[in-house]
Amino acid sequence: MDKIIALAFTAFIAENILLSQFLGICPFLGVSKKRSSALGMGFAVLFVMLISSMVTWVLYKYVLETLSIEYMRTIVFIIVIASLVQMVETFIKKVSPGLYKALGIYLPLITTNCAVLGVAILNISKEHNFGEMVIYTTFIGLGFIFVMFIFSMLREKIDKAPVPKAFQGIPIALVVAAILAIIFSRFGGII
Amino acid sequence: MTKKENLLKGFVKENPLFVSVLGMCPSLAVTTSLENAIGMGIGVFFVLVLSNLIISLIMSNEKLAELVKPVRIPVYIVVIATLVTIVEMFMHAFLYDLYLSLGVFIPLIVVNCIILGRAEAFASSNKPVDSVLDGVGMALGFTGAIAIISIFREFLGAGSITIWGSLSINLSFIFDFLGMEPIAMFVQPVGAFLSFGLILAGITAIGNKRAEKLAKGVKANG
Repeated sequence: MDKIIALAFTAFIAENILLSQFLGICPFLGVSKKRSSALGMGFAVLFVMLISSMVTWVLYKYVLETLSIEYMRTIVFIIVIASLVQMVETFIKKVSPGLYKALGIYLPLITTNCAVLGVAILNISKEHNFGEMVIYTTFIGLGFIFVMFIFSMLREKIDKAPVPKAFQGIPIALVVAAILAIIFSRFGGII
Repeated sequence: MTKKENLLKGFVKENPLFVSVLGMCPSLAVTTSLENAIGMGIGVFFVLVLSNLIISLIMSNEKLAELVKPVRIPVYIVVIATLVTIVEMFMHAFLYDLYLSLGVFIPLIVVNCIILGRAEAFASSNKPVDSVLDGVGMALGFTGAIAIISIFREFLGAGSITIWGSLSINLSFIFDFLGMEPIAMFVQPVGAFLSFGLILAGITAIGNKRAEKLAKGVKANG
């Protein structure tokens, strides 16, 4: 039990995917201008990340390893993720048009989100078993949503602040992210 | 556009990192030392030049282009992923230290927006020679940009600059002279965001000054 809590905590805060592993920075800077879009993107990423990690984990353990063609990992994973995103999009469109409207624009963007492929590969290289993989991926996704949400609230305030001309836009966002990263990195000491 | 323009536009005018702000994830993660940045640059150079070449070869053949067009993004991704796998295996075999320190960011070259972006925006509608030149320019522009960030970070954070392996420049005497320690924060994740933000702001400031000067010049002349 201790191990699982430590794993979840590490994934959620101490090794936060955005602030200490630098995966998924594009949506972090791109769609964090408004709270609602940040949350929408966050949940879409969590959803796709969880499904694709499960599928790629099973594929890796039972197909690639048994055929000993582990070097095909990158190609297989990216194809799986790209087709999964397509399938999830079609599925959500059919089952819940409301959710589809809310996530709509973010779903296709997720294919090129390095967080999804990154977590799938991290789960393999950290040699997680199935249970650990599910917990790790879930908390990584929750950490992503958490930081996106905080960051979008900060950016809503920054928009109204008098920022020096050279810092407007991305530079000030990066400086704010640095301050957030200082806070998050200190949580590592708890474990 | 001439061939020279195709090559040179990636360096400054359309620099993928500082102007278009593409490929942020690797440029924040691997800039802890100049050696890592150069290693990443070599990987991106190989993948970008060859993917531009292959994709423009596919798309400049009319029959093939017609066949590929409806599924072009998956085709691009498979081409890029194959090249990335070659880079990964090569680094694993010959540059093992670099392979370990770049870690997950080697396979992640697949989802680097610069490569897919150039394939879609340039290579798919231009001749193979131009596409290769564009790839060379963009890759060198990217490498130059991450080299600048990593020199900034490594100097402030560790007081030295590692060029390759044991070849490094020790600059700790500057810190001794000032009577202070290197600021370790800069080689930690925090420093990545901070340095990138500051450098980007500096570049924007220079760009703004230039634009102002240009505007003034026009006024004086007019």
